[in-house]
Amino acid sequence: MLRYVVRRVLYAIPILFGVSLITFVLFYATVSPEQMARSKLSARNPTPEQIQDWLKQHGYDKPLHVQFRKHMAELLLLRFGNSDTTGEPIWQMIRNGVGPSAVVASLSFFALLIVTISLALAVAYYRGTYVDLWGTFLCVILMSITVLVYLIAGQYLFGKVLKYAPLAGYRPGLDAARFAVLPLIVALFSRLGANVRFYRTVMLEEMHQDYVRTARAKGVSERGVLFQHVLKNAATPILTSVVLAIPFLLMGSLLTESFFAIPGLGTMLVDAITNQDFAVVRAMVFLGTILYIIGAILTDISYTLVDPRVRLE
Amino acid sequence: MTEPLLRVEDLRTYFDTPAGTARAVDGVSFSIAPGETLALVGESGCGKSMTALSILQLVPEPAGYIAGGHVYFQGVDLLDYTWEEMRRVRGADIGMIFQEPMTSLNPVFTIGWQLMEAMAVHGKGRGPDTRRRAVELLTRVGLPEPERLLRQYPHELSGGMRQRVMIAMALANNPKLLIADEPTTALDVTVQKQILELIRELQQDFGMAVLLITHDLGIVAEVSDTVAVMYAGQIVEYATTRDLFRAPAHPYTRALFASRPSRDQRGRDLITIEGIVPQATAWPPACRFAPRCPERWPACENVAPVYQKLASPGEDQTGPAERGVRCHLYHPELARTRPEQPATLEVHP
Amino acid sequence: MSNLIPVLVVVLMIWTYCRMRQQPLWAEAFRRVRQRRVAMASVVVIGIYGGIAFLDSIGWQDGRNEPRKTIIDRLFQKPKERTYSAPLATVTTGEPTPHPLLGRHLLGTDGVGEDVLYLTLKGCRTAIVLGGLTSLIATPLALLFGMLAGYFGKRVDDAVQYLYTVLDSIPSILLLISLLMVLGRGLDKMCIALGVTSWVSLCRLTRGETLRHREREYVRAARALGVSPIRILYRHILPNLMPLVIISVTLGFSGLVLAEAVLSYLQLGVEPGVGSWGNMIDGARSELAREPIIWWNLTAASTALFVLVLALNLLGDALRDAIDPRLRSS
Ligand SMILES: Nc1ncnc2c1ncn2[C@@H]1O[C@H](COP(=O)(O)OP(=O)(O)OP(=O)(O)O)[C@@H](O)[C@H]1O
Ligand SMILES: [Mg+2]
Repeated sequence: MLRYVVRRVLYAIPILFGVSLITFVLFYATVSPEQMARSKLSARNPTPEQIQDWLKQHGYDKPLHVQFRKHMAELLLLRFGNSDTTGEPIWQMIRNGVGPSAVVASLSFFALLIVTISLALAVAYYRGTYVDLWGTFLCVILMSITVLVYLIAGQYLFGKVLKYAPLAGYRPGLDAARFAVLPLIVALFSRLGANVRFYRTVMLEEMHQDYVRTARAKGVSERGVLFQHVLKNAATPILTSVVLAIPFLLMGSLLTESFFAIPGLGTMLVDAITNQDFAVVRAMVFLGTILYIIGAILTDISYTLVDPRVRLE
Repeated sequence: MTEPLLRVEDLRTYFDTPAGTARAVDGVSFSIAPGETLALVGESGCGKSMTALSILQLVPEPAGYIAGGHVYFQGVDLLDYTWEEMRRVRGADIGMIFQEPMTSLNPVFTIGWQLMEAMAVHGKGRGPDTRRRAVELLTRVGLPEPERLLRQYPHELSGGMRQRVMIAMALANNPKLLIADEPTTALDVTVQKQILELIRELQQDFGMAVLLITHDLGIVAEVSDTVAVMYAGQIVEYATTRDLFRAPAHPYTRALFASRPSRDQRGRDLITIEGIVPQATAWPPACRFAPRCPERWPACENVAPVYQKLASPGEDQTGPAERGVRCHLYHPELARTRPEQPATLEVHP
Repeated sequence: MSNLIPVLVVVLMIWTYCRMRQQPLWAEAFRRVRQRRVAMASVVVIGIYGGIAFLDSIGWQDGRNEPRKTIIDRLFQKPKERTYSAPLATVTTGEPTPHPLLGRHLLGTDGVGEDVLYLTLKGCRTAIVLGGLTSLIATPLALLFGMLAGYFGKRVDDAVQYLYTVLDSIPSILLLISLLMVLGRGLDKMCIALGVTSWVSLCRLTRGETLRHREREYVRAARALGVSPIRILYRHILPNLMPLVIISVTLGFSGLVLAEAVLSYLQLGVEPGVGSWGNMIDGARSELAREPIIWWNLTAASTALFVLVLALNLLGDALRDAIDPRLRSS
């Protein structure tokens, strides 16, 4: 197991290298630094000196290959530097944002997980009946609505009309749960359709396996078949989609956070987009990649927990 | 005559397919007395498995459904049972073993869990008693180190071992009837022998009836009392094993015997039955075997043969079974329309 | 010139359809799709959207210095109002002193007095072009890399796998954002960015399928006969991949249309001024808070978006069932 993890981590190095190469090409080679400096400097018509100063300050004045080496070294050591806009250290911004993101995102994530798996089990239990037919159709409908509508309508309905929760904002501590209600509802509805349908497909596929017939021939009830035999077998494909998402809970959701003004990493990223803050976006891309790789390793490890046939060597 | 343990009457199991209705089982009748072994023989795709699954009402839904007939078990029609009543019969009164030992066990649960579940669902709990019984069963089916086996997963076992586990599971509640659907087809020859031996032993010990499904006449000769030969969803011949081996009546049965590799044929080409089993959606209109039958004459393609009783040719008539065949050759009037001299019962094998 | 392209696209589509109908396999699939009422309804709906997009792509100038106007533009030459008005209302809304309107607006007008129905129809072209162009970028890319990797294996496979593992490791929304920040706003740029991020999954599928087909009898036979790899890939393997491609393009199309709305919300979508449902929804964000509430803007744009995506999803499912029962969802 340990050897497997070590090997996976080593295997991640060329991938991280590739990712930082892509970000370098994107952010250094495509956009001329001068252009960047112009748009960043507050003065209307910056003098050449001002531009030079800004470039030096942000390290964009060196030759390309020097910049490349520096870029690589910094990314691999996770030294993200300072924001292009505010000059604040990016690590500091991440530290500030990760708390709210993690709280809101994990609450929504686990609520979503529980609700969708229960619904998928219900739909699979009534497979072939009208419950199944209309349930699946409803899923397609839910899938076809853009998340923006869920955001706007959710806030209007639950926040403004029904007044279940504060419209937007965030306060740390126990209060956070109140502010997480609306994002939770929105996340639930916007992902519900796709998830339930996916889990249903996975479960129905298992229902056709031979071991289900054996279980029935033994006299196991339909509920036993579904909740024990099928569920444990369906866990593998479900885990693939679930465990991979766990590390990203730290990053929060871009749209939801910025819409509900939650001061998390998602909002930070949206602000960076608005301000053309390349340094922050670069850092987030790299962070996201690392979280993805961690997620992939965790997924593999989690397989060993549910499937005795999997051995990590 | 006493009521047989299982009496299947005019059983029909159909499938709705894009190509039309597939009549996989189309009017099958037979009965099994307590302690008797009936072999159901036929080529691949002729509906043997579906017959077995229909008895337990495990036909793959929603495509497949039981379209008609009766399945009397101890005098009660199982088709009248509710799903819950049926569940209590499965695994308790009727046990079943499947064709594919490699996939029939649930890969993510231990052998012990699955074996004890078979008892637990019929109200025996999961206590130490159940555990003791599980060990006992595994020992009985000839598996070494049962204690260790309880903690193992199916993928750690060989095919033969898995089939033994399946048998142990089917026997867990002392069923009165065991349905074994080609229990040895997926195994290699030496293991086949052992498994068959085991089934026969267990049958004597437990005193249960066995419905053995196979396409191997060699197996039939070894273990069964009576044989039902199935073709294209129907039973075409029904006889005691002795009678059948002495004098197969239906041309299809004879063809089956002829295509069996035997000692004196070694080195020569194997005779096979010409053609293939037709699609279940489009059985030939009259006699379903007619297109492949060496004895056919025009009547075979126009009039559907009916199942008729036949006098048993044996001297001692101790066996309970009557003899029957579905072929115009034995029809008093239609047989006379045949151009040549009708074939009488000859001994072929 | 700019009228030629849409006409050409439509002609090409009809020609492809007729060609494919002659092949028995496809004819059978079309027949099965035609039997499903839901699928046929979806085709009709998508056809209507396509038709509007087509009408919005054909245009001409009235004079040398006049702007180019499309047929849709010409159909909606109603005078502009001053501000909001409800559907079919005769006076404006939300002003202290409501003005009488210059014309009836079926779906009302937005904050600057633009007809909502007109804006909604303008969104069709953006959505269809975005989905179509992106698929045109992503699909050949995916097929090329997937087939090469699957067929040649070894080094080629390693290289392609490395490439898509790297791309896959970057969360796609982040990659999209980076690309669009660098490229700037615009429909064409969005197509490129979405094309780059969306080819990976199809490539993976293609690679797997090619691997499977490579070991099939007919490919082996062709190889033994000395048929060149290019020809094998093009003549023997590609036709077998087409069902997969069609299903994944249809289902991917709906994802792209949805992505457009989200990117517009993040200010990374098409330029303001180009019709886009995402921009409309984004603009309507604060309108629900007004008194009286302005709902028609949001409703029109999101309904238009919803109907198209729903039709695409339903058609994709029906195609999957009809063409490839193996992939059946139930
Ligand atoms: N899921 C299904 N859908 C449609 N038809 C089916 C289905 N399952 C079985 N059939 C039909 O039922 C017929 C009988 O199948 P069955 O499995 O009983 O054959 P068998 O005699 O057990 O053959 P084998 O020796 O291969 O096990 C087949 O010919 C097939 O046409
Ligand atoms: Mg069978």
